[in-house]
Amino acid sequence: MAEALRRARPVALALLWMLAVPGLQAAETKGHVVEGSRAAGLAECVKPAAQMRRQHMEFIKHQRIVTVHEGVRDTPYSLAGCVECHVRYDERQIPTPINHPDQFCGACHAFAAVDLNCFDCHAAVPNGGQESVSPSRREGEAHP
Amino acid sequence: MKDENPVIDPERRAFVGLAVGIGAALVAPGVILHQVAAAPRAEPVSGAVRWGLLIDTTKCVDGCSACVEACGRENGLDLQGRGETGSSDKWERQKAAWVRKVKLQDNQTGRIVNLPMMCQHCEHPPCVDVCPTGASFKRADGIVMVDRHLCIGCRYCMMACPYKARSFIHGEQSGQLTRAPRGKGCVESCDLCVQRRDQGEDSTACVDACVTAGHEAIVFGDLQDPASPIRQMLKELPNRQIREDLALNTGVRYAGV
Ligand code: HEC
Ligand code: HEC
Ligand code: HEC
Repeated sequence: MAEALRRARPVALALLWMLAVPGLQAAETKGHVVEGSRAAGLAECVKPAAQMRRQHMEFIKHQRIVTVHEGVRDTPYSLAGCVECHVRYDERQIPTPINHPDQFCGACHAFAAVDLNCFDCHAAVPNGGQESVSPSRREGEAHP
Repeated sequence: MKDENPVIDPERRAFVGLAVGIGAALVAPGVILHQVAAAPRAEPVSGAVRWGLLIDTTKCVDGCSACVEACGRENGLDLQGRGETGSSDKWERQKAAWVRKVKLQDNQTGRIVNLPMMCQHCEHPPCVDVCPTGASFKRADGIVMVDRHLCIGCRYCMMACPYKARSFIHGEQSGQLTRAPRGKGCVESCDLCVQRRDQGEDSTACVDACVTAGHEAIVFGDLQDPASPIRQMLKELPNRQIREDLALNTGVRYAGV
């Protein structure tokens, strides 16, 4: 039974995509990419969009081990990086949390019934930069 | 505008290079690194370095909490939500603190020593020994930390730590910093500003704050490099490990205790 389910899952997911993607894409200029985000002005994701759709979770989850345990920060798959590029800014340049059900990560996950806890801890809007800077280099910059 | 393209004189270039070299050698070692653009780490950390701190308690000032506050700002601890915690007394005891100021008094002589107490980054960390999930780990460069993706919040590590260095997040958090994700149900502690290590910075938030406050009681550096300032000072200043009887070989050393 479990085996059958496991085998059926990719098929079900594929079916889901065939149904979902064209419908959602019609509404938006660039698939799920939201207007007002940096990504909206760019041509490509860190990998081809088709691959990102299917494998982004593997990339990020692999990355979190490499970053946290091995200290590797020079990577296209950082979660902070996804947020930085995909987050939407309103007219007043205020970012909307990326996990909200009408935002980039949130909308798609709501549709696909994926429940993430990542943003319980991770900032859902860029906040204070990915790196901290010693005072000598921070001169003139206000504290967030 | 005329587009002039002066030919670069290689000799002059060599001279300029030399002059820069001398200039760099004249300023304090800490300052040079700031001039080199820090870059995010591309290679995994290795055991070629072991990060540590030396705290000169004779320079640590009673009533000063610059390091504690800087640590809070760096790691988002100043944004902590109280959650469901009841009395403010309980909150004071429970809120996350990665560095605490401790005052020791010798009752026989009356001598008072102030010191900041944080994770001691042991070579043989008891918190890592007891962790059932592998969340508590020691990075190759000696930093003892919690992988909060693996932490189940059992708090064995807090019980095992002889230094009371770890905190547990009891309430839901909001407004976290990008560089410092934090959330309910996990244990956390000083990670020697790991995000700074990985960006090639040369100090920690507490060290910077202590310098700014004019005390310079904390020195950060590579314990493995015989030429590093911290090693030089360890050689000169009488210093010890707290609870050296436990033979944990701590990465944080104290002078004047
Ligand atoms: C530098 C900006 C940038 C970064 C960083 C970035 N993306 Fe993208 N992403 C884009 C752009 C631009 C597109 C649209 C590409 C296209 O239409 O071909 C896109 C598309 C996507 C898509 C497909 C959306 C759809 O229409 O179906 C997914 C999924 C995605 N990104 C996830 C991520 C994740 C996860 C991360 C973090 C690992 C990330 N992106 C990082 C710019 C970025
Ligand atoms: C309990 C809190 C918590 C939760 C929940 C959590 N993380 Fe993290 N995560 C952290 C901490 C702490 C770090 C270390 C931050 C650092 O050093 O930059 C981190 C780092 C990362 C990194 C490397 C830094 C970066 O921005 O790329 C990735 C990737 C990551 N987490 C992915 C995830 C994903 C995906 C999820 C959800 C499935 C998740 N995390 C859930 C706390 C959490
Ligand atoms: C094009 C739709 C889409 C977009 C956009 C999208 N996701 Fe996903 N995501 C999914 C689907 C579908 C799954 C579940 C796949 C599965 O269960 O195999 C998923 C799963 C995940 C998982 C693994 C969850 C788990 O518990 O294992 C993570 C982490 C994740 N997404 C992060 C993100 C982040 C971060 C963003 C925004 C930068 C994002 N995703 C944007 C469709 C999307």
